[in-house]
Amino acid sequence: MSGEQGHTLDIDSVTHRYGPVTAVADVSLAVRAGEIVALLGPSGCGKTTLLRVVAGFVRQSAGSVRIDGKAIDHLPANLRNVGIVFQSYALFPHMTVAHNVAYGLQARGVPRGDVRRAVERFLEVVRLTDFRDRLPRQLSGGQQQRVAVARALAVAPTVMLLDEPFSALDKGLRLDMQIEIKRLQRQFGLTAILVTHDQDEAMSVADRIAVMNHGRVEQFDTPIAVYDRPATLFVSGFIGTTNLLRGRALESANGTTLVELEAGAKLTVPTDRAFAAGAAVMLSARPEQLRLHAEAAAGRWRVHRRLAVPLGPNTMHDLETRDGVTLKLVEPRLGPSVEPTGDAWCGLRPDARPGLFDIATST
Amino acid sequence: MTVRVRPAEWQLALPLALAYAAFFLVPLLLLIGVSAFDDEKITTLGFAQWRRFLADPFTWKVIVDTVKLGGLTVAATALVGYPVALVYLGAGPRWQRVILFVVILPLLTSVVVRTFAWIVILGREGVINQALLWLGLAPAPLRLLQTEHGLVMALTQIEMPLLLLPLLSVMSRMDPSLRDASAALGASKWRTLVRVTLPLSLPGLVAGCMLVFASSTTAFISQFVIGGNRLVYLPLLIWQQSLVVYNWPLASVAALTLLVSVGLGVTAIAAVGRRSRAYAV
Repeated sequence: MSGEQGHTLDIDSVTHRYGPVTAVADVSLAVRAGEIVALLGPSGCGKTTLLRVVAGFVRQSAGSVRIDGKAIDHLPANLRNVGIVFQSYALFPHMTVAHNVAYGLQARGVPRGDVRRAVERFLEVVRLTDFRDRLPRQLSGGQQQRVAVARALAVAPTVMLLDEPFSALDKGLRLDMQIEIKRLQRQFGLTAILVTHDQDEAMSVADRIAVMNHGRVEQFDTPIAVYDRPATLFVSGFIGTTNLLRGRALESANGTTLVELEAGAKLTVPTDRAFAAGAAVMLSARPEQLRLHAEAAAGRWRVHRRLAVPLGPNTMHDLETRDGVTLKLVEPRLGPSVEPTGDAWCGLRPDARPGLFDIATST
Repeated sequence: MTVRVRPAEWQLALPLALAYAAFFLVPLLLLIGVSAFDDEKITTLGFAQWRRFLADPFTWKVIVDTVKLGGLTVAATALVGYPVALVYLGAGPRWQRVILFVVILPLLTSVVVRTFAWIVILGREGVINQALLWLGLAPAPLRLLQTEHGLVMALTQIEMPLLLLPLLSVMSRMDPSLRDASAALGASKWRTLVRVTLPLSLPGLVAGCMLVFASSTTAFISQFVIGGNRLVYLPLLIWQQSLVVYNWPLASVAALTLLVSVGLGVTAIAAVGRRSRAYAV
């Protein structure tokens, strides 16, 4: 079996239109060999269309897809040697587990004995040897998914495409399968693309995440970078929980920007780029980047404390600014506790690096 | 104090069950009863009519022709209809609605109208003969009316909705990603058709074929109008015996023979369906 070392996948300026609707707009992604990349975004963001372009089910309007540097755009789906695990698993309901796994090899005209050996091997890999003669409907959801994975692995695909593979599983099983998929991907050194709308799934499975919105890639980076340094306002809102505060940039200098918040405070925020003086901006701060204080000071704004919920080692505060914006704030339950309700002052943690975005350019 | 008993589900089926008993089961028993009389006046019990019917080579030819007509019509509708179903499967939602409408359209007109339309098409001066003569493909008008070919051709169109409705219903319930999965695993379009689409659509095809067989073997109006007196099938025989000759016992024998023939034909189609399903895997 080949596929032990991965293949590179290059998506180069791919655009796809369905009639007047642009589903994928000029997307370029370079996926390294042996890497899992998650396409993460809300439904209708173009991630599934992009997957179908790579699989060869739809022919893109423009752009090119290359595996190991060779363009595969002219190849029909059945000649691309790409493995897919579908959301519905798409197991052939009239065939046994073993026949399902053998299907791809038989289609390639592999000799009977080799097919049998490969089926045994991949059923062992997904630990379903005892279920080889069952029909798909006689298996649990997790077992069905393992058959789908074995079936896709058996043809030694160059690239593995996973189309929302965990969404039909219940929550407890989901984590097990995520670990299982990651284990198999490592074992076979597979290059894989995972389409998902679930950020936790993308975070736990993927090496890098491409956050998509309206057919475009908003950010393509490691999970930690996407969480800590969101490139756009959309990414900051879509990944994790965030608080959005409107304001105006006053001046940028030496990698910091002075911002006047509508909530009533002037803050100095570390920024990568300069903002024009007077530009309308949005400050995006994670709940753990905020801190509550008992007294007023520079860089703090007044908040009304509506509720405090204990979440294990943390307390989650539900706050309202004086201009009516709801904030979420998480801090450890240790240390001096402020009055559970009433007014307080909210500020950034000293080491926090919140996102700052132009409202005019970001959506 | 009395306890009110809620009607069980089966009691809701009672009206239909009574209607079936009154208008299907009782007449069927009467039919069996009438067939067991020797004379046309229905006075003497005996199996003389059965013996007469089954000993006559002519009636055997009629039975064989009737079953053959059903078989040919099933084969023709399946051969023409299955590709239509495949087109439906590959079409977008809007074209699927158009195809479904075109399939149902014939059901909105009466069988008599559809049959007479076929006379216009198949006649000596009909559309087909005009076209053949104009193209120089035939030296003289072909005889299409009152032939088995012509009748099968007409029945193929007339019975097509019965084949397609169950077939399309099964096809539209098929998970479209199954065909994608097959292609992604390296299967050609032909292999996907033979290994995935065909076996999974088989229940619909078998149901459609059963309906077409049962309907075409008993299609008295179409058989009579297009086949005329030259082509005799069991329904015509029953009509002649019951309403022309007034030999009701013989008519009952013929009717029961038709019932058994249709039943055997339908059972055979179901058996072929089961066999090929097992084979396809």
